[in-house]
Amino acid sequence: MSEQNSFLLDGEEIPFSPGQTVIQAAKAAGKYIPHLCWHPDFAPHGSCKLCTVKVNGRFGSACTTAATAGMNVDNRTPELDDKRRTLLQLLFVEGNHFCPSCEKSGNCLLQATAYDLGMMSPHFDHFFPDRPVDASHPDMLLDFNRCIMCALCVQASREVDGKNVFAMGGRGMRGRRVIVNSESGRLADTDFAATDRAANVCPVGVILKKRVGFAVPIGQRTYDKAPASIVEVVK
Amino acid sequence: MQASSSPQEISTALPAILARHGHDGTRLMQILREAQEAEGWLSPALLTEIARAVGRPRAEVEGTAAFYSFFHTRPRGKYCVLWSDNITDRMLGNRELLKALCSKLWLEPGRLSEDGLVSVNTTSCTGMCDQGPAVLVNYRAITRMTMERVDAMAELIRNQVPLAEWPAEWFAVEDNVRRADILLSSRFEPGSALRAAVARASADGLVASNDRSVRESLPHGLVGPTALLDEIRLSNLRGRGGAGFSTRLKWEACRNAPLKEGQTRIVICNADEGEPGTFKDRVLLTSHADLVFEGMTVAAYAVGATRGFVYLRGEYRYLLEPLQEVLARRRAAGLLGRNILGIPGADFDIEVHLGAGAYICGEESALIESLEGKPGRPRIRPPFPVTHGYLEQPTIVNNVETFACAALIALKGGEWFATIGTRQSTGTKILSVSGDVERPGLYEYPFGVSVAEVLQDCGVTNCIQAVQVSGPSGVCIGQDELDRKIGFEDIPTAGALMVFDCTRDMFDVAHNFAHFFAHESCGFCTPCRVGTQIVARLMDKLASGHGSPYDINEMFKMHRLMQGASHCGLGNTACNPMIDTLTKFKPAYERRLKSLDFVPGFDLDAALSQARQMTGRDDAAAHLAGTD
Amino acid sequence: MNATTPPAKPKLRVATTSLAGCFGCHMSFLDIDERLLQLLELVEFDRSPITDIKHCGPCDLGIIEGGVCNAENVHVLREFRKNCKVLVALGACAVNGGLPAQRNHLDLRDILEAVYETEGGLAQGAHIPNDPELPLPLNKVHPIHEVVKVDYFLPGCPPPADAIWKFLTDLLAGRTPHLGHGLLHYD
Repeated sequence: MSEQNSFLLDGEEIPFSPGQTVIQAAKAAGKYIPHLCWHPDFAPHGSCKLCTVKVNGRFGSACTTAATAGMNVDNRTPELDDKRRTLLQLLFVEGNHFCPSCEKSGNCLLQATAYDLGMMSPHFDHFFPDRPVDASHPDMLLDFNRCIMCALCVQASREVDGKNVFAMGGRGMRGRRVIVNSESGRLADTDFAATDRAANVCPVGVILKKRVGFAVPIGQRTYDKAPASIVEVVK
Repeated sequence: MQASSSPQEISTALPAILARHGHDGTRLMQILREAQEAEGWLSPALLTEIARAVGRPRAEVEGTAAFYSFFHTRPRGKYCVLWSDNITDRMLGNRELLKALCSKLWLEPGRLSEDGLVSVNTTSCTGMCDQGPAVLVNYRAITRMTMERVDAMAELIRNQVPLAEWPAEWFAVEDNVRRADILLSSRFEPGSALRAAVARASADGLVASNDRSVRESLPHGLVGPTALLDEIRLSNLRGRGGAGFSTRLKWEACRNAPLKEGQTRIVICNADEGEPGTFKDRVLLTSHADLVFEGMTVAAYAVGATRGFVYLRGEYRYLLEPLQEVLARRRAAGLLGRNILGIPGADFDIEVHLGAGAYICGEESALIESLEGKPGRPRIRPPFPVTHGYLEQPTIVNNVETFACAALIALKGGEWFATIGTRQSTGTKILSVSGDVERPGLYEYPFGVSVAEVLQDCGVTNCIQAVQVSGPSGVCIGQDELDRKIGFEDIPTAGALMVFDCTRDMFDVAHNFAHFFAHESCGFCTPCRVGTQIVARLMDKLASGHGSPYDINEMFKMHRLMQGASHCGLGNTACNPMIDTLTKFKPAYERRLKSLDFVPGFDLDAALSQARQMTGRDDAAAHLAGTD
Repeated sequence: MNATTPPAKPKLRVATTSLAGCFGCHMSFLDIDERLLQLLELVEFDRSPITDIKHCGPCDLGIIEGGVCNAENVHVLREFRKNCKVLVALGACAVNGGLPAQRNHLDLRDILEAVYETEGGLAQGAHIPNDPELPLPLNKVHPIHEVVKVDYFLPGCPPPADAIWKFLTDLLAGRTPHLGHGLLHYD
């Protein structure tokens, strides 16, 4: 019976129900597969590639690969974690990620994942892009310097809030990362609200609530208490 | 002639465009292009108006407009000159011509002139490698640029002469067919393949695997479709786009995919031909459009489709009207539209959609996204297009040449086709040959021909250093590999052969390709979006003489990451040109290395330039040596 | 030399400096408190704020705080790289440019002009200083690994004293330094 509804993750048997992806089944079984753009409440986006695993020897994204009986999945191997560290380094150098001056520090999944994988430096030469900050909205701030293009805000605004405040922008490194749904391009000219799901879904420090940035002191934040490998499985 | 927009113009041109497209948001690409052709650029107000009219969120409409290189969301010059920047254009001197044009027009590349008249920039290969250097002026193709033409062009632009009054011979695009076989020599009679297909009775023992689609949706009383699929099976036809997937398996999967209420099956012809060095589809669509359209119709007949699209790359904008004329002719002849050939219920029509400068749209799922009016980002697969394609409907996407082959198979039978070529690679292959040969152009051979034989026919005067087969994402073969054969057994290819003689610097070739991929990455996934940039910067660093062995190791590291972790083929293959040339032409890299130690990726002395300028200093301490 | 006692293990020679940094990392270093005495059993200091030696001699270990923001930073960094077998980037600024690098999206010319010429409250005739004694600023601030090869990175703003201690004791004991949860911080 178990053979029909389970697969191997790093040699351990993981049960799954039909329709589950590898990452869903792993999370349900308490196993951490590093990820950034995947969120349990939303359809997989498959863009960050942090959840890259080896399925029967072939690379694939755990968030988009359907679990099938008997598959053999490698997850926390030195080879895969090394690739994940490199992916994190790519994300760190393409944007402007200055943790000491970011109010998301300690609650940031990018940062916490990098801690968890032992990323000691960004390794590559920094791009230091010039990206806009949009502070027009009375309650919310957008700092695109930190955007990793996970599209969770796009999905949340469209599917939960029914608003379409955001869309993915540009091509490659060109253009705006995320397009705001107004002719002026300003968040203040949209119907965005601090209570929107999209206002509370950003895994990094792009979409921030004003005036509450340091309500929880550094040192007492989500990933201060426990590493991403635990938080992301429990949450 | 495109002019910059005024509010009045928006109100007159746009409603007609929107009406023509039924205010249909899936037709956004066509609406944006036509609006831009009318207004000059896609202003914020124009995008708002289009979004409102098609009932889609404005951010999504802007997202589509921002994705494509040929859409302008900022004011564009009355003349927009884009130089094709493939390595073959560079070998023909496009850089010098671009510089000359800029200096005659007093402007910097990439910058709009202060009077808003003109901008001059580069673009990815425009598919004119056999008649370069090529440019696009307001997205119209001009070939064989020379210094004389540059002089004349600067004059025409300065005098604001409308494009329609420019010398007609500049816009001439030659077929340059140098060797023709079954496709390029076919004198195809429109309708003949369809008639043969319909007449073909189901052969005993060869009935295709499944007759479900006949029950479900095919016109009543037809037995031809399964018989036709049998012919495709007998032909062993494989996709001509390079990957070589079995055409029969694709068509059968589409045909067997269940239809939901209100759905139809879709046939898409991939005419995005963006792989630098490839230009065969341009010629097929110029001189053999009936063959291609008939192949699509044959496919529609086989899979039970009622809608067809040709996704034509924006660089071939000039082909739009001629293709539409051919389609109109076919409709008038009863070869498209309702009740084709008088068969009740045999309905199928084709429309041509234009792309807008995005190589990634050659990937079939990105192409479908684009056809739906979205940015061309490849989808997560599975599901595959054969079950969930255009608007979630079962869809086949095939290359232009594949459809041309299919028409001939329908006409002459699969067995006939299978006698040509090799066992694994039946039929012929059209090769686009450019670079250091005497007679660049198209060469059609039965599969199995060796690269050396092709080179002999093209006329090679100098010694050959390398041949890049299949474009930047393909394979670079050296002098000692020229006996390798074109075919799925050895070198699978969409047919580009760029030839480099011994005077060429293979580093320059790889450097050009690295920038191509960095420019064309769709940006969806991390490894490709950032990785292609890192690789391009490493190549820049080597090119500027700041390289060290460290940088070469970094390139291999990026290759290992991108090859496994990327979302689609672009990222998976983007490092191929570097890895191939590093493996086969390493000295081209080594002689650029500054030192065996680490060298910074930027020029330290240049990094003091602004401070020197602002302080007026030029003393010794105001400079830094590159290394210790 | 007495043949019965083994020769004393030579102390490792260590140099430290701060480039475009705030000396916060050095302060955090001093925060290892009484463990400094243990450390001094194992190391001796070459160029460092602790010794006031002006130029770095041959060393086993060089520790750099701060990023590279001007010509002098380049010279000092190169001096360290040339003389130190192992070079460590200590703290956020050395690792990714840190706070000073947040000027990188601005044009240096605009910054100099604003700070020395156009901002309010400047003295009459104020101008951008051009004394040759002053090192010129670079167009952008760079992490040190973009200018020289760096062997180890210890991030943090500043890295906590415990992280520095763990890092150094690992290194001195011949282990590849490893910081676990709670010690590895970018802020």
